Amino acid sequence: MASLSKPGAPRFDVDVFQNEYLAQGAREVNAIVTVTATGGGTSGGRPLSAAGPGAAVVLVIDCSGSMEHPGTKMRHAREATAAAIDTLREGVAFAVVAGTHEAVDVFPGNGRLAVVDTYTRGHAKEALRRLKPAGGTAIGTWITKARQLFDSHPQASIRHAVLLTDGRNEHEQPADLQRALDAATGAFTADCRGVGTDWEVAELRKISSALLGTVDIVAEPSGLADDFRAMMAAAMGKQVADVALRVWTPANARVKFVKQVAPAVEDLSDRRTEAGTRAGDYPTGSWGDESRDYHVCVEVPAAAVGNEMLAARISLVLPQPDGTAEVLGQGLVRAVWTDDLASSTRINAQVAHYTGQAELADSIRDGLEAHRAGDLDRATAKLGAAVRLAHAGGNEGTLKLLRKVVDVVDAREGTVRFRKNVSEADSMTLETRSTKTVRVKK
Amino acid sequence: MPQQTECPTCAEPLGPQDAFCGACGTALTGPPTLRDLPVVPSCPNCGSTELADGWCQRCGHAQPRERDHQEHEVTGVAAVSDRGLRHHRNEDAFGVAATEGPDGTPAVVAVVCDGVSSSARPDEASATAVGAATDSLLGALAAGRDPGQAMHEAIGAANRAVTALAHDGTPAEPGRHNNAPACTYVSAVSTGGLVTIGWVGDTRAYWIPDDRESAEPYRLTEDDSWAARMVAAELMDEAEAYADPRAHAITGWLGADAEELDPHTVSFTPHVPGVLLICTDGLWNYAEAATDLAFFVRADARAEPLAAARALVRFAVERGGHDNITVAVLPIDPPTAPAVHDATLLDVPLPRAADPDATVPLRRAVEPAGN
Repeated sequence: MASLSKPGAPRFDVDVFQNEYLAQGAREVNAIVTVTATGGGTSGGRPLSAAGPGAAVVLVIDCSGSMEHPGTKMRHAREATAAAIDTLREGVAFAVVAGTHEAVDVFPGNGRLAVVDTYTRGHAKEALRRLKPAGGTAIGTWITKARQLFDSHPQASIRHAVLLTDGRNEHEQPADLQRALDAATGAFTADCRGVGTDWEVAELRKISSALLGTVDIVAEPSGLADDFRAMMAAAMGKQVADVALRVWTPANARVKFVKQVAPAVEDLSDRRTEAGTRAGDYPTGSWGDESRDYHVCVEVPAAAVGNEMLAARISLVLPQPDGTAEVLGQGLVRAVWTDDLASSTRINAQVAHYTGQAELADSIRDGLEAHRAGDLDRATAKLGAAVRLAHAGGNEGTLKLLRKVVDVVDAREGTVRFRKNVSEADSMTLETRSTKTVRVKK
Repeated sequence: MPQQTECPTCAEPLGPQDAFCGACGTALTGPPTLRDLPVVPSCPNCGSTELADGWCQRCGHAQPRERDHQEHEVTGVAAVSDRGLRHHRNEDAFGVAATEGPDGTPAVVAVVCDGVSSSARPDEASATAVGAATDSLLGALAAGRDPGQAMHEAIGAANRAVTALAHDGTPAEPGRHNNAPACTYVSAVSTGGLVTIGWVGDTRAYWIPDDRESAEPYRLTEDDSWAARMVAAELMDEAEAYADPRAHAITGWLGADAEELDPHTVSFTPHVPGVLLICTDGLWNYAEAATDLAFFVRADARAEPLAAARALVRFAVERGGHDNITVAVLPIDPPTAPAVHDATLLDVPLPRAADPDATVPLRRAVEPAGN
């Protein structure tokens, strides 16, 4: 719809997909907002080189005692971290933190960040070899340490951490973790990885959600290096940080929800901060060359047939230090009241698709939760619904994961039977990746 | 009002509190007129003056757009178009213009189009058709072309212009009607006492004589619609056909999706003074028969065509304004000199209300050539 850009910054295109026609008395307006960022100016879509925005990376590696069982786990974690360090481009600031019941910055070790060059890369890898698994797990302390390190390097606009753990947050209170998360929210972004099957999906998802990153399982430690390399490549591709989705709504309207729905479902509704009259900002973190979809649902005051209303103005904004905001792109969500039933009853294909995908994620979570609680009937019903939704939405990836947990009798109808001896890894993989969505079939 | 320092009548010096001139008694203050008030645009829905990009920044309501209500009058024709009450935009369009032939004979042109709402960009389709047809008619008439020929050319030009919209590279809106842009069409040319009508679809033309006691109003067009086809094929009677939900489905339109263009034209010479109306179904839906519609045409329509057009639009809005409403009114004075062209089927003796055997051979008369 609209894009505003200047050389050097990515260009943001905002497209709105909706059925704007409402029946008499209807109040709910749904729209899918597709935001596509493409490399601005001279980069022509390629990630900017060292001349780009300053970036800082903190790698947080679980060094608790459990990392020794099996012994390959620690070795793969070291190798993965080394691979990540090799993927960092020169000039980026970085540090490595060893996490146990406390956090220690093992490189560079002076409470600050080092700048990537051949020399620091070598020293960092040397420090990795000295890591010895011993102690507990207090993830809140790791996050606090990462925040302190980023705080020492305020000139970096892209601030990204990778957090690897193999266990639960056992050596501190949940409130401690929450406090650390609250302080870190907005200070940096983080991708979380669970290795093995002794960690808790909900716990890690909570961290990655708060820090606007991804969460995934690496069931086999041997897969860590590739995963770390990919995460670092994505981080190095980021060109602009702290972008917010600003939603303006008219007087007496209510935002029912704002969800990211692609590439994964992430409910942002509770993350709103007020941004002037009738507008609120939802954080989206940093952007490289990528495209994300958001589902915005607004309840507006009903108007008579024949009326047209701006139900929401959606902007991508970059808040400035002086309190203003640079608008990077904008799209309009409209409402038009009609007595033409053919128009008002049509459901927009994108809205329908993502409504189904969000329900798919919920069904998987509920189904696995019921399974853990021993309620096999409910678990079967929920995962059956998930199979039906995954099939209908063309989400082959999730369907494949579901098939490792249930035997599918009829995908279209969602008839399933629980498999016997479902492995913990398969169950956790399904849970972790349940929020991944696919885009509408063209 | 600006502060006056001396009396505008007698130039006597004035004090700031004076309401009257102490010398001549001239009143110095009056109620403020509209001209005195600053014009600050405000939202018709909530009154807010925070407006931007056509939207109210407070309540979000769309602000009135140029096409919501349009009026235009030139010598010999006036037209009014209105969004109505139930549609969010006006997909009707009209054009009125006057020119003269090579011999100086005045000619008046009116074109009315109705965008097909189940097509993409119907508002653009109607505006495009009106523009192309008006230009074509004016050019052909100024070049001295026969009005019937000019009408055929204009419909062809309008059709090509609307068809071109389908190929102009505008991306299809996802989840939206993706039928090619389309509209219905009616136009009228009045020159030298001869009236020529051309149409495609269900936009209509009516002849409304001044004296409705002794002369009958006519409908001059036959809809390209499902109901009209049923009746023409004698598969249903009129009441039955028009009661059917499919009645208004049109079978002819301009645009890339039109299977074959079948433009209808008809010419006639009125023998009595009256007005020619061309209009969209937003009007005739509320008074379908010519005699019913005539009831709402002001008696002085020929002298006051703009007032008559406004009154007809107001009538349709008051009846519910379910669709966009557009009407053009062309005052027609019968020629004082005998007609210089061949009589057409419509140039029939006027039936008298007193003559029970009188019939109006309308349907036969307006059937398009070739049927």
